[in-house]
Amino acid sequence: MTTTPTPPATTTGRSLAVELTDLTRVYGSVRALDGLTLHINPGEMVALLGPSGCGKTTALRILAGLDQPTAGTVSVGGKDLTRVPANKRDMGMVFQAYSLFPHMTVVDNVAFGLKLRGQDRAARMRVARDRLELVGLGEQADRYASQLSGGQQQRVALARALAIEPSVLLLDEPLSALDAKVRTQLRDEIRRVQLEVGTTTVFVTHDQEEALAIADRVGVMNKGRLEQLAPPAELYASPATRFVAEFVGLNNKVPAQVRDGRAEVLGSSVPLIAGSLDAGAGLAMVRPESVTLDARSSTPNATVESINFLGPVSRVYLDVDGIDTVMAAVPSPVAVKLAPGDRVAVGVDSTPLLVVAA
Amino acid sequence: MAVTEVTTPAPVAGTPPAPGAGLKIAVGSYVPLLPFFGFLLIFLIVPTVTVVVSAVQDGEGGFTLGNVRALTSDAAVNALWNSIILSGSTAIIGAVLGGLLSYLVVSLGPRSVIRRTAVSVCGVLAQFGGVTLAFAFISLLGFSGVLTEALRSWPGIDIWGSGWLFGLPGLIVVYCYFQIPLMVIVFTPALEGLRPQWREAATNLGATTAQYWRMVGFPLLTPAFLGSMLLLFANAFAAYATAAVLVSQGNPISPLFIRSALTSEILLGQRNLGFALALQMVVVVAIVMGAYALLLRRTARWMR
Amino acid sequence: MTSTRGFRIARGVGLTLFAAYFMVPLLSMLDFSTRARGDEGRTFDAWRTLVENEDLREAIIASLLLAVLTVALMVVLLVPTMIWVRLRVPRVSRLVEFLCLLPLTIPALVIVVGISGVYAWVDYLIGDSALTLTFAYVVLVLPYAYRSIDSALSAIDVFTLAEAARSLGASWLTVIARIVLPNIMTGVLSAAFIAVALVLGEFTFASLLHFDTMPVALVQISKTDAKASVAGALASIILITLLLMVLSLLHRDRVTRTPGQES
Repeated sequence: MTTTPTPPATTTGRSLAVELTDLTRVYGSVRALDGLTLHINPGEMVALLGPSGCGKTTALRILAGLDQPTAGTVSVGGKDLTRVPANKRDMGMVFQAYSLFPHMTVVDNVAFGLKLRGQDRAARMRVARDRLELVGLGEQADRYASQLSGGQQQRVALARALAIEPSVLLLDEPLSALDAKVRTQLRDEIRRVQLEVGTTTVFVTHDQEEALAIADRVGVMNKGRLEQLAPPAELYASPATRFVAEFVGLNNKVPAQVRDGRAEVLGSSVPLIAGSLDAGAGLAMVRPESVTLDARSSTPNATVESINFLGPVSRVYLDVDGIDTVMAAVPSPVAVKLAPGDRVAVGVDSTPLLVVAA
Repeated sequence: MAVTEVTTPAPVAGTPPAPGAGLKIAVGSYVPLLPFFGFLLIFLIVPTVTVVVSAVQDGEGGFTLGNVRALTSDAAVNALWNSIILSGSTAIIGAVLGGLLSYLVVSLGPRSVIRRTAVSVCGVLAQFGGVTLAFAFISLLGFSGVLTEALRSWPGIDIWGSGWLFGLPGLIVVYCYFQIPLMVIVFTPALEGLRPQWREAATNLGATTAQYWRMVGFPLLTPAFLGSMLLLFANAFAAYATAAVLVSQGNPISPLFIRSALTSEILLGQRNLGFALALQMVVVVAIVMGAYALLLRRTARWMR
Repeated sequence: MTSTRGFRIARGVGLTLFAAYFMVPLLSMLDFSTRARGDEGRTFDAWRTLVENEDLREAIIASLLLAVLTVALMVVLLVPTMIWVRLRVPRVSRLVEFLCLLPLTIPALVIVVGISGVYAWVDYLIGDSALTLTFAYVVLVLPYAYRSIDSALSAIDVFTLAEAARSLGASWLTVIARIVLPNIMTGVLSAAFIAVALVLGEFTFASLLHFDTMPVALVQISKTDAKASVAGALASIILITLLLMVLSLLHRDRVTRTPGQES
């Protein structure tokens, strides 16, 4: 679910661009962030995706002002915020867990930021209840955090962050501490709310399915650097680096030859994605759904090892002659006709792929 | 697609245990607990019950409320009042200073060496009591104490006075020495229970440090703080040894009144008064500890 | 947020002041007990008295023996009981917990007031040695020992260990002594050390029941030789501190990590 990143008409009337320039953060001998540069358009939702230790949470915390960069700048709406203290940045943040104040009711929690801004009780209660309605928790306003489920608590946290009409919304792995089922429901909720309110949003996660499902653009990070920033479909179809190709979606690594701007893989000639090897031998990153299988071929080049039934699609593991195992994603009605030991012909379709050095 | 019914197999019939055997097994597993319960019965339950029962007995074993009435005598009320002042003041001082020390120590972070040393040291000092503590302060502030002599010779100030160390003021000063570390031990878990996310969320929503403490930090810590203060109160109220060593004559506080009731050779009837005083002490401590338990539950609910 | 420079300076000053407050009486004990007559340097006469004075020496030995006996009785009584409760009669665990924590609410002074009748019997049956204080001391130590052993037991899966051992043919005694006990050693040692610290400093029971333990003897001697009594007090502090330092070395660190602080 993606939309083109143009600032929509917002309920709050503000959505600002976010600019991280050359952000570096060093702890002793560890470079948590290494020259991160990122531009986020007003009203856009960008997911920062990567394995743990890649620097995504560090980047978010520096953006929020909870951490100071060793070098680089943070600016929002054109204003440099690098030296501005965290409580003056006008951002709303949702933490992974445990951030609701336990001694206050839900509605008091949501109204907290407004109380700090000096709004009178009637006004801030009105706004707080309104925000709670927005996240679907109007009925729970007078309960305490400990009486709510994990998913409900995170929705309250979201309402609380939005109540102050922040210029940027920050989400630090908001779904990681929740059950799988709640996670999928809540991520769609978050996206719905974000589109309705229109705030520029940065959302950190290590779960690629989450990132691909709801973000406008996804920034894949590794070892403190940004590997690629692109809409989800582009990230999947045209990974810019080996890391992105391996991290996002599944991959087979098949030996290939690069010649005249095309790759020769498993007997087929396939176009290349930018960033591939120029020439010579390398490894092609082939997605399982791009592997072709012909059970009736007279020139088989692989033996079926095993078949995993996953519902509409099955995974067929093939021992390709002279190469390691290759995994193909095959519609189940087709897969069901195969059996371990069958000899089949395996190739690739014409989807452009990335070839990296072996 | 028809769902085939799965029949559950009939339960395997086992031979039921012999009628008396079940009872034997149940009782049998309680037998190894007898030494423990027996021990506690003799050395804890019986003495406590003795105190309660003897408090309402006279010299010949008959029922009387005379001892309880004697608790309203001037001497007894005075001693109780002084005990309350001693316990209350050292609880407040200990809570405030101990709370401050806890905060300083906790802010060092969980991996700090200083912090771990400080907490262990507090563990030792909180157990400090009685004889060693009394002598420590006698050696410092006594008539020929180190500080007394130092101030006597150089600036010529006499801090000995008429021996204030051996009265209520002295007890207050000395008791703080173990009340502060006890506060650190009891209160530190509450401070550690303050999640950093609360601070960060408050800051993110616009709170200054002062606002965070005023609206989030202090309200969350108040039950734990009050509870710890109550614990300190009970601790001081029940303390005996330190006072016994410092104050050799007279009974300014309840525990020492009990001492003279027990060791008095003049009036044998005083013995049962001792029981009444002990009962009074149990009641006061029980009430305070009950309130402490309630506050602890509130804290636990928030800081889970 | 707490690492601003101003805060760190203030904290350093604060901690130093507190440290001074706590160190000063201890240092003054050292000074007082080693003062020679007429301010002429140091002497360890007072310390020598501790060993040379017969009454004092006997009292010190009595206290040390009491410490050993108390630890022994506490371990023998409490550890098997707690393991047994966990494994076989869990419904009693609340009662056991209540009883073990009771001495925290019932002041030692109160127990001693009511215990003289019991001790009259003990005197009759066993004798009037100071070592009979062991029984009373185990009661006093109970809350601390219980908590320590309980948390050690909670950290391991006693039930599974016991079941595994039983299925291999071990008797209950073997289970307790050779399977569970070695795994809760830190908790037991911790309880033992606290017991020693408590016994060496205990005065209330000893003095009111007229037994001659070290603290009682020190108070006796303070009337004639103040320096010796201070030396004795300092000696017991040093011993207890050494014990508790060994204890904290044995304790494994439990450092909690906050979630989501890694990348």
